[in-house]
Amino acid sequence: MTDHIQTPAEDEHDSAYAGLLVNDAHWAFGTDFEDPLAGVDTTIPEGVDGPTLAVYALMLGDDALVMSHRVSEWTSRAPDLEDDIALSNISLDLLGQARLLLARAAKADGSVVPVLPEGSPAPPEDALAYFRESHAFRNVRLAELDNGDFAEATVRVLLFSVWRLAIWERLRESRDHVLAAVATKGVKELAYHRDYAARWFVTLARGTDESRARLVAALDLLWPLWPELFDTHPVEAAAAASGVGVDPAGVREAAEAVLDQVLAAADVPRSEAPRRAGVLGRTGRDGTHGEPLGRMLAEMQSVARAHPRGQW
Amino acid sequence: MTLTETAPDRESDEALERRFEATIARNDRIEPRDWMPEGYRRTLVRQIAQHAHSEIIGMQPEGNWIARAPSLRRKAILLAKVQDEAGHGLYLYSAAETLGVSRLELTELLLAGKQKYSSIFNYPTLSYADVGTIGWLVDGAAICNQVPLCRTSYGPYGRAMIRVCKEESFHQRQGYELLTTMMRGTDEQRAMVQESVDRFWWPALMMFGPPDADSPNTAQSMAWGIKRNTNDELRQKFVDMSVPQAKALGVTLPDPELVWNEERGHHDFGQPDWEEFMEGVRGNGPCNAQRMEHRRRAHEDGAWVREAAMAYASRQDGATA
Repeated sequence: MTDHIQTPAEDEHDSAYAGLLVNDAHWAFGTDFEDPLAGVDTTIPEGVDGPTLAVYALMLGDDALVMSHRVSEWTSRAPDLEDDIALSNISLDLLGQARLLLARAAKADGSVVPVLPEGSPAPPEDALAYFRESHAFRNVRLAELDNGDFAEATVRVLLFSVWRLAIWERLRESRDHVLAAVATKGVKELAYHRDYAARWFVTLARGTDESRARLVAALDLLWPLWPELFDTHPVEAAAAASGVGVDPAGVREAAEAVLDQVLAAADVPRSEAPRRAGVLGRTGRDGTHGEPLGRMLAEMQSVARAHPRGQW
Repeated sequence: MTLTETAPDRESDEALERRFEATIARNDRIEPRDWMPEGYRRTLVRQIAQHAHSEIIGMQPEGNWIARAPSLRRKAILLAKVQDEAGHGLYLYSAAETLGVSRLELTELLLAGKQKYSSIFNYPTLSYADVGTIGWLVDGAAICNQVPLCRTSYGPYGRAMIRVCKEESFHQRQGYELLTTMMRGTDEQRAMVQESVDRFWWPALMMFGPPDADSPNTAQSMAWGIKRNTNDELRQKFVDMSVPQAKALGVTLPDPELVWNEERGHHDFGQPDWEEFMEGVRGNGPCNAQRMEHRRRAHEDGAWVREAAMAYASRQDGATA
């Protein structure tokens, strides 16, 4: 044949279909690790209370799951293709963290996992993600808000990742092997998220009058939820006391020092918007959320709940 | 700009054209700095742009299910897949840029309705099984169309297609794997898969374009080595490959005329509704307006961000100059 050009891989391309009916372990992303914690030591460290560790892991996992979901809603809507791809990366990283942390929670205390109909093949991390009511979610309220404009996304990812990175740098020393391993991997991811958001924060602040105005408005919008990130819930206090967790109050200074550097580079002052109150003193970590989370979960859980015995 | 304007020994147009034709005849690649006939360049820009736009618009029907993906693993797979499509759009717009046309210009032509994207993306995704069916049949048809393009005569396009095809093949397997998993599940899930295949089979066949007799551009594109097979050849190949896959999956394909023809060594099959296809091309398909509006809104909502980035960059340049 004359239409053979010098691309040596031609046969490989032509055989794009060849493996379809063959059981080839390489062919679908993620299918080879059904158990996300396979090969990791999941023994609960001595002197650590299983239920405390489980709820602590749920808190960190729910932050990641809910934030990942909100960021994923930007898919096909970002200002440019490069940002669509970057936001998907951030969402995927957080989703990966959520999967490991929810699996950790289930392993530490099986009683946190909702009971599914008999015959349901859903793994415990999916039961936690898809079959809990909103009041059982322990995420901070910053993660759950409905999306706004790109300035809002920039500020939210910045605040979230500055705070989470400060915690995770310390979580690498956790006495729990799983949390330590998740944090060690996650620190690199969160550093990228923070840098991405910080770069856009400075660009928008120093871009046009409109971009600066939008950025400052977004900071004012989200600033009231910043203090909540550093509240110490009794479960976090207990997890910190037993050496598996980090007390968020203890990282506030470090996180704000980093944030102040970004604000200074952008020449934007801290917002003066006051802290947002909870309900009878209860906030996200207590399972008391704003209205958007219920709608978000109704959508997120709809297919899984319609087919509780389904195989996915 | 072409070299003809600066070269001291300016070749005659005929000599340049002879060289171009000889390159094509040898099945060598044409590269961005090579002389090429204006019609060749125009055809390539149209085809690459349409392909790039298809990747970007194609993010929407599958993106429709990211928020509802029923397991964390499926959510990661789907999100990563839609992200890959954005990446394919990037490679292809870059290939088009080597022909002297920018991503922004092409986007504006799309939004003005002056360039097209694949009509398949004007069909709605109505159940989670559609995520699998799109992987299996739509990405499968796309691979049939695109594998020969890895050998297309224009270098940057062919090289972009090699990467695209590898990832598309991966997506197709993921889609098929989702369907096989669902078929092992409940009766409702099996019914969902069958219903989805019933809806997407004919649109997948339309992806190869109108029958050869009604495809006016095919002959010139094949002569230039841009296109390597006719629409009907590729459609036949796709049908022949899909039949055993459907059987292994346990679904029926919704075509009463589909039967093995021993004499031809191929399957005989029915024709899709070409009138419905033409309605889609004319902009009247089920989701044309929605897809364009989504893309337009994203582009317009992002305008102030892109302006801010430009303003910031030019200020930085000024500061360091």
